[in-house]
Amino acid sequence: MKTDKRFEILRTGVAIGVALLIGFIVTCLVSEAPLKAFGYFLRGPFTTTRRFAAFLEAAIPLTFTGLAISLVFSAGQFNLGAEGQFFIGAVAATAAGIYLDLPPVIHTLVCLLAGIAAGAVAGFIPGILKAKWNASELVSSLMLNYVFLKLGMYLVTYHMRDQSVGALVSLPLKETSLLTQFIPNTRIHTGVFILLITVLFCYYYLFRTSQGYEVRMTGQNIEFARYSGIPVLSVILSVQVLAGAIAGLGGAVEMLGIYKRFQWLASPGYGFDGVIVATLAKNNPALVPVTALFLAYLRVGADVMAIYSDVSAEMVAIIQAVIILLVTAEAFLSGYRRRMLLREVKQSASAS
Amino acid sequence: MEGGKESQREGPILLMEGITKIYPTGLVANSNVTFEVREGEIHALVGENGAGKTTLMKVLFGLEKHDAGNIFVKGEQVNITSPRQAIGHGIGMVHQHFMLAPSLTVAENIVLGQEPRKGIWFDQKKAAETCIDLGKKYGLEVDPYAKIADVPVGVKQRVEILKALLRGSEILVLDEPTAVLTPQETVELFAALKALKEGGHTIIFISHKLAEVKEISDRVTVMRSGRVVGTRNTEEISIRDLSNMMVGRDVELELPRPKMSAEDRREVRLLVKDLKYVRDNKDVLKDINLQVKSGEIVGIAGIEGNGQAELVEILTGLCECHEGTIQICGEDATEKKPGEIRELGLSHIPQDRMTFGVAAEASVAENLISTRYNKPPISNGFLLNLKAIFATCLDLINKFEIKANDPKQPVNTLSGGNIQKVVVAREFSTDPEVIIANQPTRGIDIGASESIHKYLVNATENGAAVLLISADLSEVMGLSNRLLVMYEGRIVAHFPDAEAVTEEELGLYMLGVKHQEPDEIVASLMGEAG
Amino acid sequence: MQALLRAILSPSFAASILRVTTPILFAALGAVVADLSGVVNIALEGTMLFSAFTGVAVSAFTQSAWLGLLAAVGVGALVGLTLAYSHLKLGTDAVLAGIALNLLAAEGTVFLLYVVAGDKGVSSSLPSKVLPDWHIPVIKEIPVLGAILGKQNALTYMSLIAVVLVYLFLFKTSFGLRLRAVGENPDAADSVGISVHRVQFVALAISGALAGMGGAHLSMGYVSWFSRNMTSGRGFIALAAETLGYRHPVGVFLASLLFGFADALSNYMQSLRVPGEFVQMIPYLLTLVALTIYSGRQRKGRRSSK
Repeated sequence: MKTDKRFEILRTGVAIGVALLIGFIVTCLVSEAPLKAFGYFLRGPFTTTRRFAAFLEAAIPLTFTGLAISLVFSAGQFNLGAEGQFFIGAVAATAAGIYLDLPPVIHTLVCLLAGIAAGAVAGFIPGILKAKWNASELVSSLMLNYVFLKLGMYLVTYHMRDQSVGALVSLPLKETSLLTQFIPNTRIHTGVFILLITVLFCYYYLFRTSQGYEVRMTGQNIEFARYSGIPVLSVILSVQVLAGAIAGLGGAVEMLGIYKRFQWLASPGYGFDGVIVATLAKNNPALVPVTALFLAYLRVGADVMAIYSDVSAEMVAIIQAVIILLVTAEAFLSGYRRRMLLREVKQSASAS
Repeated sequence: MEGGKESQREGPILLMEGITKIYPTGLVANSNVTFEVREGEIHALVGENGAGKTTLMKVLFGLEKHDAGNIFVKGEQVNITSPRQAIGHGIGMVHQHFMLAPSLTVAENIVLGQEPRKGIWFDQKKAAETCIDLGKKYGLEVDPYAKIADVPVGVKQRVEILKALLRGSEILVLDEPTAVLTPQETVELFAALKALKEGGHTIIFISHKLAEVKEISDRVTVMRSGRVVGTRNTEEISIRDLSNMMVGRDVELELPRPKMSAEDRREVRLLVKDLKYVRDNKDVLKDINLQVKSGEIVGIAGIEGNGQAELVEILTGLCECHEGTIQICGEDATEKKPGEIRELGLSHIPQDRMTFGVAAEASVAENLISTRYNKPPISNGFLLNLKAIFATCLDLINKFEIKANDPKQPVNTLSGGNIQKVVVAREFSTDPEVIIANQPTRGIDIGASESIHKYLVNATENGAAVLLISADLSEVMGLSNRLLVMYEGRIVAHFPDAEAVTEEELGLYMLGVKHQEPDEIVASLMGEAG
Repeated sequence: MQALLRAILSPSFAASILRVTTPILFAALGAVVADLSGVVNIALEGTMLFSAFTGVAVSAFTQSAWLGLLAAVGVGALVGLTLAYSHLKLGTDAVLAGIALNLLAAEGTVFLLYVVAGDKGVSSSLPSKVLPDWHIPVIKEIPVLGAILGKQNALTYMSLIAVVLVYLFLFKTSFGLRLRAVGENPDAADSVGISVHRVQFVALAISGALAGMGGAHLSMGYVSWFSRNMTSGRGFIALAAETLGYRHPVGVFLASLLFGFADALSNYMQSLRVPGEFVQMIPYLLTLVALTIYSGRQRKGRRSSK
């Protein structure tokens, strides 16, 4: 087992190394001063306080969707609906933020609950379709992403739009609904604490509660779970609802923490980023913030590189793609793993 | 006629000599097996489950690699490492699970891999003609344009045979071909096999059904426990002798049968009435009546595939489609789900350990608590108590002598015997009222088997009612207080005193040679209820 | 309402349906080929994007629209092969690999766009070429049909031809037969000597090439430039069309038309101040319903046979 863990760390490390190397090669191909550009990329978030803050801010939504995805993946459900759940959660929080009149903290909480509820409903649909009719949650969640995107855009465009502004944005959210940005000169907001609670909740839920145990066993071997008496269909349903709620909460937190108005014209893509985050974290909620920070670091580093060099920030996409492909590739370095295992077997044989 | 064929060629068409196959788990599936088939004969290969027939044929077809021994086809030594090579040597195999693509037509499946073409196009007409010609030639007529998904099992099998013939198979292996067929389809199959034989083909016919073996084969080879017991001319051996060769206890185990007087076993814990299960218009289970009382082990003997697996799935709630009633501890369990049935006090050792028994990549601890994860002390209904889990698991690991270094170790790093002990530890430690043990010691070493037998008997003496399903006669005869025999989905015999039965007699029932009258069985079963 | 009906029934509206259907149809055909071989191609979205960019870049560089198209198709096939390599050789899950490729395409094309055009939004600074409209002489004279089918982009005609070609390929060639056998029962195919991986490699290359045609239509037929994320989910819509069309080229053609209809209608309705969003939702909701009915029936069938 130790070998397995060591091997996973090694494989992730090598994958990151290879990805960075490829990124560097690409930089060399397009840049006049590749060393300088890549240098900015590597230490970008550490160049100014503002950038460091941006790096932390960027990790917040990634962590939420990463948590949502890691829950459904733990149950063996390929639900990619975090994208739509996050979006509709943000829309719901926006509506509650614009139209309700409530005292400060309560208003925020109600907005968050609205996001949670919207996300939960969005997670419920693929869940129930799978549990009742065995419809592939992969396809249904992809379809629903568009449904919720369109629904959200409709609500914003026709019901919440601020007509006095030229661009398509919503009316401003009431001051009472917003999360406080508590560090001067940054946009780091109190949503961070909600995030930490959610991380702890997900970790404890998955590894310390009976329900989490049901989820993991269903994901590991659904026949075994059924045989053991675990109600697998209700597990499949409830985990998707819970994941939807978390993604929806993420959308609400992002909305209330960073923005004053709803201003997305397309889905911001955090759902699919969540897949990267969860995959790198091996679906472990405790590791999700770490991998989210890692991804945020790459993104902000790339932005900084783009400012100071002739290389555009999107170079980071290459690095991300290579990392995912290699980290999830079972055959990648598997020969090395076999040798490691052999060595371990030999050692334990000679030790006993 | 055999003599005539033999004189054309010196020696047999197929000789497998000294074949030994040991699986990585340490299971010896074939031990120095020598198997000889003459050209133009139908050669039956018989034996109980686990006797090594299928392994031997897998070696022949290149699906398994043998550890020792040689294979000769037409006198030449051959090296077969893949089905493709086997086909190249003129060996064709009809598997129990058909190798067909359901949405393609009969003709398309038959010619797949060597399709007739017209330029770049697939020549549908030519393919159909090929099938019709081939079918006519061998008396295996099929509708070339029918979709595989729409044709009955018998036709699918015919398609498989035609596939092999099209590829020039001279030696045709059929693995339990009649298991899936209706009697009418069996008649048609036999006619076709006889025609093939007339045409000079050699057929290896794997079966359990001795009447069929007697009807169709020229010679018969009997295997038991990975060895060949002998080869006989079919004409010269009676079904009874064949059955004795096939079914026998390899070791007369002195097993500790639960010692309880009939008076002590009073309470009926498991009661099944008129259970019936139909699949694909075939009766998989019919008229099943049985009861198991506290303090006794009731064994179900029988060749595998006679409905035992389905019976267990229904009793444990894994399969819902059936008629009849089931009671566990006096409560109706007919419509209940697996979890609810467990709540009534049922434990289940499943036949397929790695599919149902464990989550292979989860830890030993996670596998040990899967039936009590929401009950104290493991959980207060919401939170898991890690300390209690650890303590419970250490306790179980010690009590059941599981060789594991650490409860956190993934269960698939243990040996087969220890994985089974994990299952047994979990199922036996919840003080079950009813235990259903399906092939509890299959494929595991003797040491682990012995402990599992010991636990079964202990649990029974502590008051559990045990239904033991096993294809291993030593086990089922040695442990049971009462014995039932299943054949073709029915209970064909009930022996109220398992000690008084001989294996020869049991074999006759298991192989369908004899059966008790249904009324008699029900009477004796219900008489036991007292 | 009447105005709307009249508009919908007009030939020019029908022509616009065909136009917006083209890229979806190509990608959906690609989805069919991949799926029938047993691999889900989630990377269609990214494939189209890569090809849309490549078509523009190469046509600008060579000053030939046709070379641009060729390059777009080639790149599409290459993306398909990359998916095949990571899934079949490296053992990455096909869905995860597909997501990785989509993310790579979404930002990678912007990166490349910046390299060649110095802009991160649109490629209008590149002198890229557009694939020509074709006029079909005889059809053009027929009253209603002429207005619909008489003059369309070359790729729109090709997409209609592709429906037929893909159908013939899958159901009338021996390779197509093998491909379907591999997708349905790889063991069966393997046991008669067919190399399962080789067939799937080819299938994914074809799948990618078809999606590449769709991508080329976006940037060289529908409009004359590449813009970031211009596929806007058409690759996923194609997956929906594939499901809705029961994995058959003709069914998929009809399903794609439905998506095209909804798309064209929503464009039109927006101009009438009717929320287009609801109309745009219809195909997705339809797919959900179709998927559920289809899966429910499958499950029932499996249960009774069990």
